[in-house]
Amino acid sequence: MFDYNFHWRPVMKSLPDLLEAAMLTLQVAVLAMILGIVIGLCLALIRLHMRGPLLWLASTWVELARNTPALFQLFFFGFGLGSFGLHLSPYMIVLMGLTFNCAGYLAENFRGGFQAIPDTQIRASRSLGMNAWQAYTRIVIPQVFRIVYHPITNQMVWAVLMSSLGMLVGFRELSGETQFFASRTFRIFEYFAVTAVIYYVIVKLILGASRLLATRLFRY
Amino acid sequence: MEPTISFFSGFAPKDLLFLGEAAVRTMWISVLSISIGTVLGVIFGWILYEGKWAAALTVAPILDVFRSVPLIIQLVLFYNFAPIIGLNLDPFASGVVILTIYTASLVASVARGGIEAVDAPMRRAARSLGMSYWQDLRYVVLPIGGRAVFPAWVGVALGVMKDSALVSVLGYVELLKASQILITRTQEPFLILSIAGAFYFALSYPISRYAASLERKWAQ
Repeated sequence: MFDYNFHWRPVMKSLPDLLEAAMLTLQVAVLAMILGIVIGLCLALIRLHMRGPLLWLASTWVELARNTPALFQLFFFGFGLGSFGLHLSPYMIVLMGLTFNCAGYLAENFRGGFQAIPDTQIRASRSLGMNAWQAYTRIVIPQVFRIVYHPITNQMVWAVLMSSLGMLVGFRELSGETQFFASRTFRIFEYFAVTAVIYYVIVKLILGASRLLATRLFRY
Repeated sequence: MEPTISFFSGFAPKDLLFLGEAAVRTMWISVLSISIGTVLGVIFGWILYEGKWAAALTVAPILDVFRSVPLIIQLVLFYNFAPIIGLNLDPFASGVVILTIYTASLVASVARGGIEAVDAPMRRAARSLGMSYWQDLRYVVLPIGGRAVFPAWVGVALGVMKDSALVSVLGYVELLKASQILITRTQEPFLILSIAGAFYFALSYPISRYAASLERKWAQ
């Protein structure tokens, strides 16, 4: 049945390079998540409170991010912008694509979170003498954060998994590096098997860390 | 004056036909894997619900792997693994197999949530009215639990439809791959990517809006 000899040695030899590439994967995913959270928060607030061109812009962003494939978004930042003479480095393509996608998905989560906080709370905090900024940062955001904590964790996992698309725009993160080594040695199965294990471990680490953090953050 | 030779030719109406055919292939691979994957996923969901710790030790971790490894890695891995065990699958078949398992792993948790959404008293009532276990599942759990998780299922199905773009790494010419081929020939990335994106959007947006409106209607 098995007419194939597995060769794990080249994979083991390049394991340090793969792990280094895994760090790059994590880096780009974390950066995209931080940017995505900030932009997503703005998009959610705009969609809740504003009218006019800004609302249109935010809605278009969210709907485009949620209703087209992530790979399409990456290609758009990679090749589409080339039409306008904008040529980004693979790192920037992946970072911008991921940020665009994460911001869109997170905005919807944030919107749901904001809608779950009753208006009366804001009015109560305003009548206690807080200004709008204080009411938001001290009363609303901490509660919203609790509601969206789990979706943010999920999105973080998605960001790591999505960054593997970088392989298709020439970015040498974990998948791209694997592809590079695999095509150099023709040990495609072995390389991608090891990469799959690394991704699995990364995802489990993120989920474990978020669970630990949650028990500390939400003790009471 | 010497005639100049151009390697690139502009976007012609017949290219729209090419994109249309590719769009049909995207639909075909999505519909096929979503329908088989949903049936499998519901069965897995039922096993997860009824199997208690036995399922938690066997089926759950296996399904978890397919959610924790990037789809693109799964596709490459399976495509290169199939020949090792003597299977000769074309890109389409490999894509369907992996997308189906991927859908099943996502639908399993949705289906399990659906079964859990039906309260125990309701099911006991059904049994005490003389229904068999299977009648209870078919006439009580399916309509009530199915309705509770239908919007979530639509989200999964649309996600798989968008992720089917990744089958292009195996060389299957679906919509995104077709647009890449056209971009290479015409050098008009912005126009062609916009058309491809518009197609995905036109497919995904109305369905997600419909699911959201259903969710709102049923919540009342």
